[in-house]
Amino acid sequence: MGARFAAFAILALLAAVPAIAALLDQPFYLDIFGRAMVYAIAAISLNLILGYGGLISFGHAAFIGIGGYAVGILSVNGIDDVLLQWPAAIGAAGMFALLTGFVVLRTGGAHFIMITLAFAQMLFFLFTSLELYGGDDGLSIPHRGTLAGFKVLDSPVALYYLVFAVLAGALALSARLVESRFGMVLRGCKSNERRMRALGFSTFRYKLAAYVLSGALCGFAGALLALESEFVGPSVLHWSRSGELIVMVVMGGMGTVFGPLFGALAYLMLGHFLGDLTKHWHVILGPVLILIVLYARGGLAGLFARLGKRP
Amino acid sequence: MTLLTVEGLSKRFGGVVACDQVALEVRPGELHAVIGPNGAGKTTLLNLLSGELLSDEGRIALDGREIGALDAPARAALGIGRSFQITSVFGEFTAHENVALAVQARAGHSFRFFAEARRERALADGARDMLERMGLGERANTPAAALSHGEQRQLEIAMALAARPRLLLLDEPTAGMGPSESARMVEFLASLKGTIAMLLVEHDMDAVFALADRITVMTYGRVIATGSPDAIRANDEVRAAYLGTDS
Amino acid sequence: MTALLLVEQTLNGLQLGIMLFLMSAGLTLVFGIMNLINLAHGSLYMIGAYFAAAFLTLTGSFLLAAPLAVLATLAIGVAVEITVLRTLYARDHLDQVLATFGLILFFNEGVRLLFGAESLYLDLPPGLKGQVEIVPGAPYPLFRLVIIFVGLAVAAALYALVQKTRLGALIRAGASNREMVGALGVDIPRLFTLVFGLGAALAGLGGVMAGPIVSVQTGMGEEILILAFVVIVIGGIGSVRGALFAALAIGILDTMGRSFLAEILALFLPREAAQTAGPTIASMLIYLFMAAILFFRPRGLFPPKVR
Repeated sequence: MGARFAAFAILALLAAVPAIAALLDQPFYLDIFGRAMVYAIAAISLNLILGYGGLISFGHAAFIGIGGYAVGILSVNGIDDVLLQWPAAIGAAGMFALLTGFVVLRTGGAHFIMITLAFAQMLFFLFTSLELYGGDDGLSIPHRGTLAGFKVLDSPVALYYLVFAVLAGALALSARLVESRFGMVLRGCKSNERRMRALGFSTFRYKLAAYVLSGALCGFAGALLALESEFVGPSVLHWSRSGELIVMVVMGGMGTVFGPLFGALAYLMLGHFLGDLTKHWHVILGPVLILIVLYARGGLAGLFARLGKRP
Repeated sequence: MTLLTVEGLSKRFGGVVACDQVALEVRPGELHAVIGPNGAGKTTLLNLLSGELLSDEGRIALDGREIGALDAPARAALGIGRSFQITSVFGEFTAHENVALAVQARAGHSFRFFAEARRERALADGARDMLERMGLGERANTPAAALSHGEQRQLEIAMALAARPRLLLLDEPTAGMGPSESARMVEFLASLKGTIAMLLVEHDMDAVFALADRITVMTYGRVIATGSPDAIRANDEVRAAYLGTDS
Repeated sequence: MTALLLVEQTLNGLQLGIMLFLMSAGLTLVFGIMNLINLAHGSLYMIGAYFAAAFLTLTGSFLLAAPLAVLATLAIGVAVEITVLRTLYARDHLDQVLATFGLILFFNEGVRLLFGAESLYLDLPPGLKGQVEIVPGAPYPLFRLVIIFVGLAVAAALYALVQKTRLGALIRAGASNREMVGALGVDIPRLFTLVFGLGAALAGLGGVMAGPIVSVQTGMGEEILILAFVVIVIGGIGSVRGALFAALAIGILDTMGRSFLAEILALFLPREAAQTAGPTIASMLIYLFMAAILFFRPRGLFPPKVR
């Protein structure tokens, strides 16, 4: 159980970040790790369908965008309690998943990749052309809203712990989900869909439900991202973001509960580290990705699991 | 009285007629074998019956109900189970999880998101019983991919049975098995006779003639004879087309 | 006035469609035959444009730079195929997506390192610069006409290649039945490299011709790549004919939508609403078109026959 141990250690460290940041007088740690946690939530959502369902979505950033814009548009229009904004973000993202799911899930494999990418690009252009809400430049959120009427979100530490709680909840949710009846069906679909159908499972509706669930959770991540950065723009749903989410999931270890957490942190830390070396760090990251694909499947979760097994 | 009635069933792939006006009946509890040389359309027939392929024409009725337009999951829900010619198990699941998933298919809906499936008594007990019956009890916690070929074939049957079908379609259950494994499988299928209707596609003629209540012979997509094993043995057309070279 | 605009926009749509076809043809062949999802196909388009810029500076002649750039892109394509992509054919789609995503990051950043972050603009030679009046009163840029003609010529050549030659027969057979081609005793790795090189050259040609009419910058490849994905899923993955048809349809639909949708909407909606909704819907039009087609034909319009 090396992976579980590593995950709890990381969660404990994340919980201590506000204290460490205060101690070292480095308030921007909150921003960095707050954002990392949001991406971890998004990666968890992608892992549900990619890691457990075998559905390669190259359009998951779209849901981040929907969640973010839901928060942005509502707060510009004066609706600024997050208990209204979040359900709207989650609902809108889930609805988009439902509508596009009918098209993308009728096809399989390679089609799925290309069509999810295309739909995400459609939303990218939609938000780019929405002049009313900032168009190209994006939308600044005038002020962070309230939580059930309380103005707690203005405190960076409170916001940080709120995101932490959502992250912990998302981890718990996915841990339960994948062992449930639904999770078994989903994993069965990934392993051998033909067999699942012969056993009597109408696989389409289970895959659709998983896709909607995943989109909704990712929409929640988007809402949190907008709240953290007090901004949402087309850049959050640029196609490369969807690619990065896949990288996070695979780096961390697909189809493992804690993999997305490891992957999101590792990817963002790698970015900071390489970014300090050179601003052209993608020149290094690209070949690193190729090497990971060719030689290091299993990701960090697999690595931790192997380390844990060693006496 | 018949359980499965097939009339005038046809399927073409481009110019090739894989099934040509096939008619067939399976009675409750009987083991009905379908034999024929390679390319006779036997697997296509199974795929048409299980709903994996839709026929171009003809009708299929299960217990008097038309099922020709239903998809595979719907037919499975009505009680048609099948095994595959190429072993088709969930490799990363344990043997027990494979069978439990099959039990789950017929035990209510699966939109349950939180309760751990492995703690559901009904699923776990059903799976364990089925594994015991198949003689796989000791391998319950082994990942299916790590089972031997023969064990995987057994698991395949266990999964099909665990969904409690009324009609079991078996596509060469002894394919690739050694003689002793093969004999065990034949023995097991014999023990099922009377409790469940089976449509068996099989190349092992000894197994077929030992097991079948009735036999249908196909060549080039057509049925050329149906009857008891003795009648089929004695049928000149069958001998000419098929058995002459084989036995 | 509107009629002239219609002619002009139809030509623009045709030109965009041709560009998309050059991208999609390679993409769909590579997928159909090698079962490879190559996200880095757009990088080849970008590389073509940058090579054109580099050779133009070096030689001072666009007519010289263009073929050199296409050849150089072909060489890069073959090199990438041999070093990275070849090992990916047998891998699953996720591996292919990840590795070619890595290639994109590498190429985009590499180009930025070599050429800087600013966009480049390619200057056409005087002979290609002017306008011609196709219909009296409707001047149209000569170079865009050249693009259309070159593209149609390439499409015709590709058709002849696929339909009439031995290589084409192998390509067609490979798109519908990979094992069979192997069984024929063909040198499969050579065939794959050849097909990939062909696709790379077509993408490079697209980039070279796009160079003078768009700004040459990193990221240009992915924009057109995603459109090309839309094209090949509509056309049916693996089908060159489908790619041509869908590319022209998408090119024209997109161009027309952007020019006329606001005015068409104004017939039904208040002017102001139409002015706001027009561009927004126009930007989504082709994706909605794709969704509609796929809803009724999940495998596209011309899916290659399997078996």
